[in-house]
Amino acid sequence: MTDDIVLLLRRAGFGPTAAEVGAARQLGYASTLSGLVAPAGPDVGATSAPVPNLGPDPFALLPRATEAQQVVGSRRRTEQTVALARWWLDRMTVADHQAIEKLIFFWHGHWATSVAKVRSPQLMFGQLRAFREARDFADLAHRMVLDRALVYWLDGQHNKKAAPNENLARELFELFMLGVGQYTERDIKEAGRALAGWRVILDRETLVSEPKHRDTGRKTILVATANFDANGLVDLLLQHPTCKRFIASRLWFRYASTTQPIPERTREAMAAGFPAPMAMLRVLFGDEAFQATRGTMVQQPVEWLVGAMRHLGLRPAAMPDQVFSRIYWAMEALGQRPFAPPSVGGWPAGAAWLTSAAAQVRLTIAGILVDLARPGPLTPETVAHLLCVDRWTDRTYAVLRDARNDRLKLTLGLVSPEYLVT
Amino acid sequence: MDALTRRRFLISSGVVGGGALAAGAGVLGFHELLKTAEKTKAGDVEDGLPTLVLVTLYGGNDGLNTVVPYTDAAYHSARPELAYAPARVLPLDQRLGLNPMLRGMKRLWDAKQLGIVLGVGYPKPDRSHFKSMDIWQTASPGTPAPTGWVGRWLDGISAATETAVSFEPALPPMLVGKSRIGVCVSYRGLTLPPGVSPDVVSALGQAEPGESEMQARAAASYADLITMNRVVMRSAGSGSAEQGHSGGEEVPATGTGGDNALAAQLALVARCVESQVPTRVYSVSLGGFDTHAGERVWQEALLRHLDDALSAFVDRMGRSTAGRRVTVVVYSEFGRRVRANASDGTDHGTAGPVFVLGHGVAGGFYGEQPSLTDLDDGDLKATTDFRDVFGTVLAHVLAGDPDRYLGGYRAQLLPLLSSR
Repeated sequence: MTDDIVLLLRRAGFGPTAAEVGAARQLGYASTLSGLVAPAGPDVGATSAPVPNLGPDPFALLPRATEAQQVVGSRRRTEQTVALARWWLDRMTVADHQAIEKLIFFWHGHWATSVAKVRSPQLMFGQLRAFREARDFADLAHRMVLDRALVYWLDGQHNKKAAPNENLARELFELFMLGVGQYTERDIKEAGRALAGWRVILDRETLVSEPKHRDTGRKTILVATANFDANGLVDLLLQHPTCKRFIASRLWFRYASTTQPIPERTREAMAAGFPAPMAMLRVLFGDEAFQATRGTMVQQPVEWLVGAMRHLGLRPAAMPDQVFSRIYWAMEALGQRPFAPPSVGGWPAGAAWLTSAAAQVRLTIAGILVDLARPGPLTPETVAHLLCVDRWTDRTYAVLRDARNDRLKLTLGLVSPEYLVT
Repeated sequence: MDALTRRRFLISSGVVGGGALAAGAGVLGFHELLKTAEKTKAGDVEDGLPTLVLVTLYGGNDGLNTVVPYTDAAYHSARPELAYAPARVLPLDQRLGLNPMLRGMKRLWDAKQLGIVLGVGYPKPDRSHFKSMDIWQTASPGTPAPTGWVGRWLDGISAATETAVSFEPALPPMLVGKSRIGVCVSYRGLTLPPGVSPDVVSALGQAEPGESEMQARAAASYADLITMNRVVMRSAGSGSAEQGHSGGEEVPATGTGGDNALAAQLALVARCVESQVPTRVYSVSLGGFDTHAGERVWQEALLRHLDDALSAFVDRMGRSTAGRRVTVVVYSEFGRRVRANASDGTDHGTAGPVFVLGHGVAGGFYGEQPSLTDLDDGDLKATTDFRDVFGTVLAHVLAGDPDRYLGGYRAQLLPLLSSR
């Protein structure tokens, strides 16, 4: 049962510390699960990571930037993006309400929007706030369909009655709310009409409506005909019987198994908790099918990095700027720089993270972290305790035992297959 | 030929993919791989084996602005802002011309080394990037398939581990078979943190009996890394790309997969071909073609990159016997809508041209250019099934029976490589 608790903590959050595992064992599985999905009181740990003030988007003040201003502005945006990612990673590391932080990271991968195209860090920040502030999936979907970053990412600002652009409509059906195969091409074209007439203006806090480009006519979407607008379309999709099952299967994919499909019984039980994601996760983590997925999930790079910082007692806010910068760009090489998913389909999963190219970058990052942590005397057993690893294989045990020094022991522990796979 | 170089590559690629893992056979040991390499060395084929290089353009390349129907009035009226003036295109005949960025392709066309298959697609086109790319890579338009078309060929010939190699960061579904799988080789160089020796990383990469599949794969990635350092990078001399960020923050279009270092990937393919490694299929990619808005400038930048990388590669291949047996196929998951949208871009469409290049290729047009007036709900009607193109290279490059590997589809072979 104690191993079950470690699995729960590792999957629900970013890597429990030894102290958290000890406390959870005292509480038992059920109480630990309740504490994760419905944490009591304010998040005290997170108060040490106050929300940063990025300042304005340089291009909001310069609608017609000269070439020189563009160079300076782009550099400033990159600095702001790094600062935002640094804060977010810091908050993931120090927050006590780990399941909430992990869920926000899940939503980032679900509504996968990249700063590489959106460019404005302020827009990405707005989307991140929406992930945190949304009451449930229904509220979140309404916020996202009019989210400046998402709309810009999927060319919604170009979607006009006279010439529709259906990029956002398509992904709303396929990737965000229903899943492939639940709709026709006609549904997408009609839905695109419902989404027409919104513009992103950098110095406005919300999307700007452009009445002359809206399409207020009747649209037939799925089985309904009405004067759908953006919110009406989202309501229609939320009511579709597939929506709650689709979200359940997406949660299963990121929290339980990327290779095994969700068992139907688990999916139906989770769907009953829709649209409250924590209610759905409570069902998932309490399901025996969840425990059966042990040893199958490869930690995503951000999960791995944040977990490692938690285990080593490090945090991005306390790192020298240059050290954090190295880690940040190494995360790009690892394939998971926050705010920059590779595609609207979200982050890769499973064995895709286990290329030899990733192995090298992971070693580099582990080396940087261990340099900051300056570990004391270590044995394979104390490394396992520190990193909350159940047990080493004979291979890794021998490697750790024979490692020349404590620095090397810890570096190898952080990159070990046992630590990477939960 | 340089047998040592080839052997070194073999060792590395064998460990790299964990192909045997997918087959449930556990991780290949270093010594087994050495034996594989020795075996292949003994069975030398002096001139190199016919080799296929698949170039995937992720995002849906706009075919109508790649091979431009520049004399068709319907083209100019459908996309007034996006259409190329006849004077700008590089004419191939009276009707079709290449995008002005494709100067190298034009040169290869004139040298009869570029075949262009027109209007390539499949029945009931799917406009999802992910679904359509899956259809191309699995060669299964009707129903989802668990294996890729190259993967099924690997299964069929019980291929050695190194037979198919991806230089993309991730393994494309195309190379995944039921019992065989392509290997994924990074083109970046190796640096380890101070104090970490290759031996200790290698030790961490040893297989452990009873380990879960994912854990075994994680371990294998460290073994791969070290063998690659020892062998490929040093012998192939591919240099060690500085780590760090890729430079520009900006990408043109909504990300839909694919890599942006085609030239680097093709340079590594070139070195492998010249060293006569027995790999038969290479997979490389270029991403960013999802040009829903402001298409002209972005597509031109991507096509220029494609043109530079591909024409340099084909020229270089012409300088060796093994290289002259290389065939390159360039495809994308779909073309784009005929009519431009209001954002000076184009939305997801259907059929597009496929490029086939190489010194054994019979240059020229194949198939029919789809009509711009007889459309299917605003989209081009495909005139050639993509499985005819893949079937052709299966038969004429890989010496495989297309009927076995295309899910029951009967491919009509094109005389693309008839000179062989």
